[in-house]
Amino acid sequence: MNQMTEVEQKAVEMLNEPKIVARNVQVYYGDTHAIKDVDVDIPAQSVTAFIGPSGCGKSTFLRTLNRMNDTIDICRVEGDILIDGEDVYDPKVDPVQLRAKVGMVFQKPNPFPKSIYDNVAYGPRIHGLSRNKTELDEIVTSSLQKAGLWDEVKDRLDAPGTGLSGGQQQRLCIARAIAVNPEIILMDEPCSALDPIATAKVEELIDELRENYTIVIVTHSMQQAARVSQRTAFFHLGVLVEEGPTEDIFTNPHDKRTQDYITGRFG
Amino acid sequence: MSVGILILIVLGLALLGYFVGRQRALSKAANEGRKLHSLPSYYGQFLALFTAVPALILLAAWLFVQPMLIESHVSGLIPDSAIPEGGARSLVMSDVRRIADGLDALMEQGGLGEEDLTRMRADLTNIRSRLAEVGIALGSNVPVEVFDAAKTYRSEKNTGSLLMTIAVLGLSLASGGWAFMRIRPELRARNNSETFVKALLLGSSLVAILTTVGIVGSLLFETFHFFQIYPAKDFFFSTVWNPQFRGGSDLGILPLLWGTFYVSFVALVVAVPIGLMIAIYLSEYAGRALRNLAKPAIEVLAGIPTIVYGLFALITVGPFLRDWIAQPMGLGTSSSSVLTAGLVMGIMLIPFVSSLSDDIINAVPQAMRDGSYGLGATQSETIRQVILPAALPGVVGAILLAASRAIGETMIVVLGAGAAARLGLNPFDAMTTVTVKIVSQLTGDTEFASPETLVAFALGLTLFVFTLGLNVLALYIVRKYREQYE
Ligand SMILES: Nc1ncnc2c1ncn2[C@@H]1O[C@H](COP(=O)(O)OP(=O)(O)O)[C@@H](O)[C@H]1O
Ligand SMILES: [Mg+2]
Repeated sequence: MNQMTEVEQKAVEMLNEPKIVARNVQVYYGDTHAIKDVDVDIPAQSVTAFIGPSGCGKSTFLRTLNRMNDTIDICRVEGDILIDGEDVYDPKVDPVQLRAKVGMVFQKPNPFPKSIYDNVAYGPRIHGLSRNKTELDEIVTSSLQKAGLWDEVKDRLDAPGTGLSGGQQQRLCIARAIAVNPEIILMDEPCSALDPIATAKVEELIDELRENYTIVIVTHSMQQAARVSQRTAFFHLGVLVEEGPTEDIFTNPHDKRTQDYITGRFG
Repeated sequence: MSVGILILIVLGLALLGYFVGRQRALSKAANEGRKLHSLPSYYGQFLALFTAVPALILLAAWLFVQPMLIESHVSGLIPDSAIPEGGARSLVMSDVRRIADGLDALMEQGGLGEEDLTRMRADLTNIRSRLAEVGIALGSNVPVEVFDAAKTYRSEKNTGSLLMTIAVLGLSLASGGWAFMRIRPELRARNNSETFVKALLLGSSLVAILTTVGIVGSLLFETFHFFQIYPAKDFFFSTVWNPQFRGGSDLGILPLLWGTFYVSFVALVVAVPIGLMIAIYLSEYAGRALRNLAKPAIEVLAGIPTIVYGLFALITVGPFLRDWIAQPMGLGTSSSSVLTAGLVMGIMLIPFVSSLSDDIINAVPQAMRDGSYGLGATQSETIRQVILPAALPGVVGAILLAASRAIGETMIVVLGAGAAARLGLNPFDAMTTVTVKIVSQLTGDTEFASPETLVAFALGLTLFVFTLGLNVLALYIVRKYREQYE
């Protein structure tokens, strides 16, 4: 009865296999050692939150996952980061292709000074994801729908993206990231520039996106981490102090530092 | 007393006032046992400013008004009969001034006394030879009225400057004294100094604005004269430029405008792509060390005097284009050509385009780049599709500024494109531009009231309108662009 076939066994393993595996990761900015010995597994189809005091290296670590750090001259990364078992820093990997697979949403909404339509169509055009205008229209529409922005902008797709409100701009950036069909979406404090209502909308959206994407979100708000994430990792001074299911981290932290942070004693 | 010495005295008084004011503030504070409102040096400044500024303003105004008053009075003294046939009152007045100067010189060197002068009469003494002694040459004998006018002119001038010296020094002392009386510990000398600084800055910007207004005013005035003696329709629409100094010229601006735009166009075709690519390389690809080296090196191009570029065009580029391209292809035999001037001017404009565009591209927020890289775009895709469109208005502004520079350029055109006004398409032909013709119409020995010389002002005004328009447009676009990210 509980004898599984080999194929079934494999399937279960695949399911349990984490999407992202980081081992012994070090990041240096020149002489500054910003990330020290980080090991973490990030499961697929779930939301993982990185929390920790400001300057502890959350953004830095997040940016190693899609090699955005390559754009900073003085930044150096050591250790292994595997996505679907493949080393991200392998010389064979094209960072440009990687970033199409691992999308990113930034702290400050940064729509391009183009129309709403062109903002969303930007990625698909670059990667040649559509063969004609109709297909492109479909991608744009469905991305905006998935980002929960469609109803608000469907009548003004030609208006500049920079003219939207802050919360709408951030959802536009999420739509822009979704449009290239990524498997993972990295979000670096996506709500820190938004008001509470816009924040609630984005959080709701993140929860919906979990079905289809692996999401890693950096946040400085513990409530937000508690609301949207299934797993939480606590960083402190470049070290990953503790990582586990979100409830455990918040109700039963093992480390003194985590406890202090969660109870608001520093940060 | 000469004006220079007067200014020095006033400044000396102000310096003295500084120390006196400072001292007085300190001693008053000590006597009354109170704290000074401002630092002691502000009280010194306060007194110094009141000593110098009103007096210097009066001096400037006096220097401006006095000659006008005396001129108009003295020129009223000269009867029409003393003005030679066909001459102008202004010419006689310039004689009057020279004689007056000569008399001064005579009194200094020739032992001519004040009484001798009163006795001196034009009909009795040989004024011409006496004045020749001190190096003043007069064309003809001096009529009595003119000599008398000169004497009046001289004496009024001397009285005037004496009065001026008294008034200026008096005002300096009076306002300085008034300020001295006002120095008390509670005087807000610091705030006064602030007001003064504000006025000074405002005054400086007014100088720039008023100069522009003055330039435009004089251009307008002379252009108006020109159109009174030459039909505006011919000027703007005639396709022939053929000035004759004997009169009966054709003064159509079209060939000159055409030359101007043709040369500028070639220059921009050279400068814009190269400059833009330099800007992109420097701002997006070059490392910091290379950038710090290359940027000033390119800007050196902007510091080369245009006459040097002109020589380069004349000696190197012109003959090269003629011998290797124009002649083999049978397109022309002239070493001066639109292409020569345009190419060299384009090189001159490269740093204008590259430096401004570099700043503008750098001002595109890093977040735009991150956004694009984050979607898996390569660097050149990011530049083409995000950075350049975002920077475009600013870059257009930079190009327009370069264009207005090209339109106003003279030396390179004289030496590179020649001086022949021509309406044609062949870039290997010699052509010329508005600026070159302004120079050539004004160098020469002609009367200043003929259409051939006055046309220079009409040309200048036309040019001014074009470049002003371009500049305004450029500034507008650049400002618009700035708003986008603020
Ligand atoms: N581009 C950079 N160059 C140099 N140092 C950096 C850079 N970005 C971040 N750092 C440093 O790395 C450390 C971690 O920063 P960051 O990852 O931004 O922290 P967090 O996102 O947790 O607030 C900080 O000490 C910061 O000063
Ligand atoms: Mg951060």
